[in-house]
Amino acid sequence: MDQLLGMAFDVFRAAGNGIESIAQAGDRGIIAHTIDYISRRSDLILELMLEHLWLVVLTLIIAVTISVTVGIIISYYESFAQTVLGICQVLMVIPSMAMLAFMVPLFGIGFTTGVVALVLYSLLPVVRNTYTGIRELDPAIVEAAKGMGMTERRILFKIKIPLARPVIMAGVRTAAVMMIGIAAIAAYVGAGGLGELIFSGISRGHQPMIIAGAIGVSIIAIAFDYLFYYGEKRFSVEGSTREGN
Amino acid sequence: MIKLEGLTKVFKGHNIPAVKDLNLEVNEGDVCVLVGPSGCGKTTTMKMINRLYEPTGGKIYIRDEDVLQMDPIKLRLDIGYVIQEIGLFPHMTIYENIATVPNEKQWPKDQVKEKVDNVMSLVGLDPDVFKNRYPSALSGGQRQRVGVARAMVSDPSIMLMDEPFGAVDPITRARLQNEFLRIQERMDKTIVFVTHDIDEAIKMSDTIAVMKEGQLVQHATPSDLLSAPADEFVSNLVGRNRSIKRLHLIRISEILEDVDRAPAIKDDTKEEEVKKRLDESDLRTVIVVDRDNKLKGVVGVNDLKRKTGEVAGDYYQEVSDTVTDDATLNDALSVMLEIGEGYVAVVNEDEKYQGTITLGDLLNVVREES
Amino acid sequence: MLRTLWVWIGIPLIMIGIASAIVIYSVNNPPDTIVARMLTYERIFRVIREHMGLLLVSMIGATIVGVAGGIMLSRPSLYRIGRVMETLVNIGQTVPSLAVLALFYTILGLGFRVAVFALFLYSILPILRNTFAGIDGVEHSIIEAARGMGMRPLRVLTKIELPIAFPIIVAGLRTAIVINVGAATLATFIGGGGLGDLIVTGLSVHRDMIIVNGAVIAAITAILLDYLIGKAEERVVRWS
Repeated sequence: MDQLLGMAFDVFRAAGNGIESIAQAGDRGIIAHTIDYISRRSDLILELMLEHLWLVVLTLIIAVTISVTVGIIISYYESFAQTVLGICQVLMVIPSMAMLAFMVPLFGIGFTTGVVALVLYSLLPVVRNTYTGIRELDPAIVEAAKGMGMTERRILFKIKIPLARPVIMAGVRTAAVMMIGIAAIAAYVGAGGLGELIFSGISRGHQPMIIAGAIGVSIIAIAFDYLFYYGEKRFSVEGSTREGN
Repeated sequence: MIKLEGLTKVFKGHNIPAVKDLNLEVNEGDVCVLVGPSGCGKTTTMKMINRLYEPTGGKIYIRDEDVLQMDPIKLRLDIGYVIQEIGLFPHMTIYENIATVPNEKQWPKDQVKEKVDNVMSLVGLDPDVFKNRYPSALSGGQRQRVGVARAMVSDPSIMLMDEPFGAVDPITRARLQNEFLRIQERMDKTIVFVTHDIDEAIKMSDTIAVMKEGQLVQHATPSDLLSAPADEFVSNLVGRNRSIKRLHLIRISEILEDVDRAPAIKDDTKEEEVKKRLDESDLRTVIVVDRDNKLKGVVGVNDLKRKTGEVAGDYYQEVSDTVTDDATLNDALSVMLEIGEGYVAVVNEDEKYQGTITLGDLLNVVREES
Repeated sequence: MLRTLWVWIGIPLIMIGIASAIVIYSVNNPPDTIVARMLTYERIFRVIREHMGLLLVSMIGATIVGVAGGIMLSRPSLYRIGRVMETLVNIGQTVPSLAVLALFYTILGLGFRVAVFALFLYSILPILRNTFAGIDGVEHSIIEAARGMGMRPLRVLTKIELPIAFPIIVAGLRTAIVINVGAATLATFIGGGGLGDLIVTGLSVHRDMIIVNGAVIAAITAILLDYLIGKAEERVVRWS
């Protein structure tokens, strides 16, 4: 306990020093340096940003396809569902660095490793939301559709999926934001993207580079989050007017 | 007992006072019902009495003591408080919920236990069954009972009740109202009761205070309110069918003795006798009771034709609903409409048969009163 | 009884057992001298100790600050600030953990303490948000009933608001721990040590065995912690 307290004190003292060094950093004009760096290397930053987006969008497409399918399947097989969701939960809890590390012996260093790890990660939010979105539909709606003579296939595509869409999209939002962060880490195993700026910046002690990378990743994440939030709102408005309330 | 003098409340950011210069006196042991449309200031008035809202102006006295000078915590601990949403604590058992005030007052453990058991039985909840349940496992009516029990457990002489029976279905509400009136008869508490339902107000009150736009319009006994509404607002509120509203004011027990009707038959009555009694009856049915005078059911002319046994106890029909003798005539009317019969059997608390009243009896009362 | 024992001791022991088996096998059967030199019990214990240090200090600090802050912001006088904080925290949580660590490195430099401080700040967010949201979510009628019966504000907080908000606060703790365990493996990049060290070393010398050891211990630590909090969560809420 003493050791813990000691550590805590150290940490706060360090934080105090940190605030001082922010002031000093201001003197050295770190912000100016960063702006300078960004304007000089804007082509590189843009390229890495596109690489980052490509990695995220590609894996998002793969992950959503797999996850929605799995979510739909387990919504029909209740006994199966808890096991599948349990596995997905465990996958998501594994630290991203560990997950990426597991992939290296299997897929080597490079883009593929990043894609596979990211897909595994994003399973839980989308699978879970697809499953609950479908399971928590008002049974009366499904029964009405059945009663009118719709086939199960038609019910799935015309009733269940459209009605569960807002919930599924919320899952995709969580997955997307998470992926952007992990894609940055995936740069360490050669998947490319803005993470490269952070890692090489750290190894070279090049602060403007680190800041450019970190802020770039954060902006992408916040922008994605906002875009999906906006989309969700539109979807849910549509949903409520369609229900006619 | 409770005296409000020039009570005024202006909420921050509002120009129009929610309550304006209100004067009201509630006598000890009375039920005073504040009634009016939503937004008339009735709930605000009530919440000023236990100082959940601080008055902007005016005085409040309880037993001639200035409430605004008292410690609000001590004040509230001595006033029972029931609200429409009940506000049961979801993470506490029914026992813990009811024991809240005694625990705040730091009563000894065994005394708390005894009081909680008592008050639970009083509101009709078996302590052994419900004590350790959580509110989520209770029905709406049971929750209301817990809410009332929780407010009564420390024997406050004053209770504030804000639409306490608002969140349950009409049948349960009537039952809870009757039970509450029965309890009140014994406890004789001073109660300020808020509702927007004029029928409930007429039924529950000793005096009714009608409010409109933050002001008191009329404060009178229900009977006076019905016969002499102060202005158009009040007469609109009590409605056109005032004579029917009077049915709320009269208990069944009050008219039961004047009703002259053939007594019930025992369940071992033979066919001959049943036939004879059916002919005498003005209802074409007779009530069947057992040896302890407990209600069994009814026998009609058709039952006798299709009889499946020797004595009345073999072929009577069960009745779908009854009323208790402490219910109002209006309750009796609703039950009759509910079961689709022109009569209803009256029982007492122990389900002993007391008599039968008919639509005709109700009509007579309305005619006499108006 | 047997079930409880299994849930609380059996399953955790199995998880620890798996991790230990892999570690013991790897240390005793190194495929070459590089692995033999780099994968020793001493080193593994050191990184585990560092890892736990990162987790414990940052989580204890974050829990205290997050819960206290959440309570304070939920008080009527600070409620408006609380709502603003909620939005800021949501944005803050969107910022990736690597970016947070990297930015703190540029401000505070390298080292264990910097890593702990970054993790501490990052973990406050879900705890603060859930504490605030949990208390904010307590139905108004419940609080009014409590106040109307004569409970003092402090009693209302400790007896009513906090117990009702407790499951949500615990859920926030769970999120924080999962995020924290994940971010702690990144601490190595800014010289914070921990299990990430093992993975990074493995990657740089191209020895899968070292990578897998680091990854397995990190993964099992995370799964075990999440599992234990999940089970505790189930036990906490008896009433809904």
